[in-house]
Amino acid sequence: MSNFPFLSVLTVAPLVGALVVAFLPRHRPELAKQVAFAWSLLVLVLSVVMWVSFNAGGDRFQFRESYSWIPNWGVSFTFAADGIALVMLMLIAVLVPLVILASWHDAESSKRSVPVYFALLLVLECTMIGVFAAADVFLFYVFFEVMLVPMYFLIGSYGGHQRQYAAVKFFLYSLVGGLFMLAAVIGLWVVGGKTFDWQALSQVDISTGTERWLFLGFFLAFAIKAPFFPFHTWLPDAGGAAPAGAAALLVGVLDKVGTFGILRYCLPLFPEASKWFAPWALALGVIGIVYAALLAVGQNDLKRLVSYTSIAHFGFIGVGIFAFTTQAGTGAVLYMLNHGLATGLLFLVVGMLISRRGSALISDFGGAGKLVPVLAGVLFFAGLASLALPGTAPFISEFLVLIGTFTVNKPVAVIATLGIILAAAYVLWMVQRTTQGTLNPALTEVDGMRRDLNLREKVVVAPLIALIVLLGFFPKPVTDVINPAVQATMDDIGRTDPAPSVGGTVQEAAK
Amino acid sequence: MTELKLPSIDYAAISPILIMLGTALLGVLVEALVPRRWRHVVQLTLALLAVLAALTMVVLSADERIITAGQALAIDGPTLFLQGAILVLAAMALLLIGDRSVERGGAFVAQAAVTAESADDRRQAEGRNGLTEVYPLTTFAIGGMLIFVAANDLLTMFIALEVFSLPLYLLCALARRRRLLSQEAAMKYFLLGAYASAFFLFGVALIYGFTSGIPGRTAGVDFATIHAAVGESPASPVLLFAGMALLAIGLLFKAAAAPFHVWTPDVYQGAPTPVTGFMAACTKVAAFGALLRVFQVAFADANWDFTPVLGAVAVLTMLVGAVLAVTQTDIKRLLAYSSIANAGYLLVGVLAPSRDGLAGTMFYLVAYGFSVLAAFAVVTLVRDDDGEATHLSRWAGLGRRSPFFAALFTFILLAFAGIPLTSGFTSKFAIFGPALEGGQAWLVIAGVLTSMILAFPYLRVVVMMWLSEPGESTPTVTVPGGLTSAALMIGVLATLVLGVAPAPLLDLAAGAAEFVR
Repeated sequence: MSNFPFLSVLTVAPLVGALVVAFLPRHRPELAKQVAFAWSLLVLVLSVVMWVSFNAGGDRFQFRESYSWIPNWGVSFTFAADGIALVMLMLIAVLVPLVILASWHDAESSKRSVPVYFALLLVLECTMIGVFAAADVFLFYVFFEVMLVPMYFLIGSYGGHQRQYAAVKFFLYSLVGGLFMLAAVIGLWVVGGKTFDWQALSQVDISTGTERWLFLGFFLAFAIKAPFFPFHTWLPDAGGAAPAGAAALLVGVLDKVGTFGILRYCLPLFPEASKWFAPWALALGVIGIVYAALLAVGQNDLKRLVSYTSIAHFGFIGVGIFAFTTQAGTGAVLYMLNHGLATGLLFLVVGMLISRRGSALISDFGGAGKLVPVLAGVLFFAGLASLALPGTAPFISEFLVLIGTFTVNKPVAVIATLGIILAAAYVLWMVQRTTQGTLNPALTEVDGMRRDLNLREKVVVAPLIALIVLLGFFPKPVTDVINPAVQATMDDIGRTDPAPSVGGTVQEAAK
Repeated sequence: MTELKLPSIDYAAISPILIMLGTALLGVLVEALVPRRWRHVVQLTLALLAVLAALTMVVLSADERIITAGQALAIDGPTLFLQGAILVLAAMALLLIGDRSVERGGAFVAQAAVTAESADDRRQAEGRNGLTEVYPLTTFAIGGMLIFVAANDLLTMFIALEVFSLPLYLLCALARRRRLLSQEAAMKYFLLGAYASAFFLFGVALIYGFTSGIPGRTAGVDFATIHAAVGESPASPVLLFAGMALLAIGLLFKAAAAPFHVWTPDVYQGAPTPVTGFMAACTKVAAFGALLRVFQVAFADANWDFTPVLGAVAVLTMLVGAVLAVTQTDIKRLLAYSSIANAGYLLVGVLAPSRDGLAGTMFYLVAYGFSVLAAFAVVTLVRDDDGEATHLSRWAGLGRRSPFFAALFTFILLAFAGIPLTSGFTSKFAIFGPALEGGQAWLVIAGVLTSMILAFPYLRVVVMMWLSEPGESTPTVTVPGGLTSAALMIGVLATLVLGVAPAPLLDLAAGAAEFVR
């Protein structure tokens, strides 16, 4: 099976599905939804087969395919996946069907074409898979930029309040980052001898000055995408305005392209510059953790609140990456996956609450748990996962990041730990104000609030809850895949872990 | 007295030029002899056939690399590539010019002499058939452009400049609607264009002076003589620098580079939209073809002297185009400023002194020409009772009214913004890559920064079309007839194909990217 061209098929399949869905008659929205859902399930099945046929102990990059594209510039369609990319591909494949299911009625309120909404989701899936599967820098850049277009229309056409402003802000911020990266991509191409192949480029020696400029070009694009403080201001707007399903993908997957890009491109291609800039990147991460958490505490809009929590979590991932230890790195990658699951769930649940209430403001809720107990329970669980309660998957990743950082940089680890306390504050206070306490009388007058989760919504949240609990107790299948890839990345920048001083316990925690 | 020797002329090699100019003359006869109701069909067919024939001759002589007609014309790779580009783009423009289904009687005035805003003018605007003189004018202009990119001495270049400029001045004045705006545009273009020509001619004189006095060589303005003179002339270099500067002014005016761009928005707005498209695509190709030849052949050895100056002009052009595009409220003016910014990017290509740079610039010219013609084709379609609705506020909600054309226009705007999988991206790469390689990192940085600014106005139009609610006055999109549809589809398809599979055209450009001296 390992000869099957998984990555190219996975990239193209959603695009074909999108074309099919887009050309379905507009007056039959149900059919479009079913086709889109079935198609995304197909992609999921294929991804699972790929996951199974991935050899965790084998080569760093597997499923490599290469087809010539623009020979004049040395560009080719090269796909390959390491453990990190594989985990992200699985995350996409799992999230997209759930998002489609969760957005079943989202597009109807917008007066826009319903099939187009689902077609856009599938186009987005195509570009997301492509960006993680690409092993050619040019190809990566193409997907990185094209990804903006479907997301732009998802936010702009189907979003809520201030959607135009949010869509344009999202597009321009990302484009600015992308264009800096384009300059760096061209620069890399020139110094790298006119090739875009990742493996060839990672062998090239670059002079220190050039390397630092190129690193900055890439890093800026990724820092805006992720987003890290102080490039984060677009995310609360975009996350707040996007329809809940698209927001779940935006924060759950799209933003991971930033952290993934740092791991795959910045560190291995510019190892010296990465080390040189690491203190600054760590500082940005730590500031992001504390600053975004404080802002999250102050939010009155549910979706904006979740967006701010994500920025804080991206701070953790950034710290984990730039600590340059295997534990912290593994923790960061695991965090990328777990955050996708937990925040994806949180966004979807919040979306269900908002569509029932017709308002995203926390002050419009209050005591909702008395009306919709199951929904409130799921929100509580998603909140706990988001604050990294032990027993849920995010705990393991956060813990790995902190101990991995502590071995090399104690102050950063100590300050980052503050983030855990603040996380408890913003999650619990949000849960308390929306679902606990005395019932807000206005809620009883809203029809939607009398309906608890229906079967469709239960099907959406159940797999995510199951995965969060499962990976919370048994992360080994995932860490086994991630570990060699992170190890290889650390080798690329020539860092070895400090010898553990408390014999072995740290290593056991990693397993 | 030495005996006067006639230069030998390779007629096959210069046949595209002869075909176009011959057809233009024939077109004048058609005006005189063919009955009025047949003229439109005959003229359009004749013009299109001539373009096709000229294109065939260009393709047939693809491997020609000679200097002919004395030292006057160089038929080499860049000449043939750019001539081919001009002819293909001109064919598209002719389709737009010839369309009479979008507006009754076509986009051109029925009688140029009718007083604007008079009762007679209102009657002609109702739908009397437009002038058919536009076809000979256009073919003359195309012929002039073909000479312009082939010219191998400055005098031939000057004559070609006039041959293609004069018909354009006239064409600008022939809009059926908003006649005052159109006439004002033509007047401005003519006056400023005449100044620019004068600058150019003065530059020629100075360069002639500079080339004299070299032992064993006669003075002259052909590029081989100038090239030699740059290295060994005993004359003061002030003559060279002043001459180069004056020549550059004349050429940069046509290329719409800052600070010689002031005419562009007014002329683009006032001229009939098909003519605007013709100018934006073909004049750009011709002007940059000449710029490339002058600076990479004649003054190649002085590149240390002109690179900083032209680089500054390029940065200024990109900045002016991008920043002023942000403030525009009229779609034609917006496209005009975008075309100014694109002239800036093209100048970056001119300053990349390598084969790759030349190939990239030529690729960019073709890619941009297709996109900009498609863009203006859409502009001709969005209209109400008063003709084209060019104010941006009128485009609000267009995506709801006619999703198909709005989608096409969105695609073209994304191409202008340089999003991958469009020709806008590949062509930027084709230019910035060689520029960076040539050590012009500052130009690339400036290009990237201005691209960001420029993305905003494009995005604003997209927002207008898709995310705004249709207003009371949102015009409808006329379903175009065959000619405009054909031009539009060719433009959009080329934008897509050159973005997804640019390799064949890149190969062609790379194979052609060498001047003969």
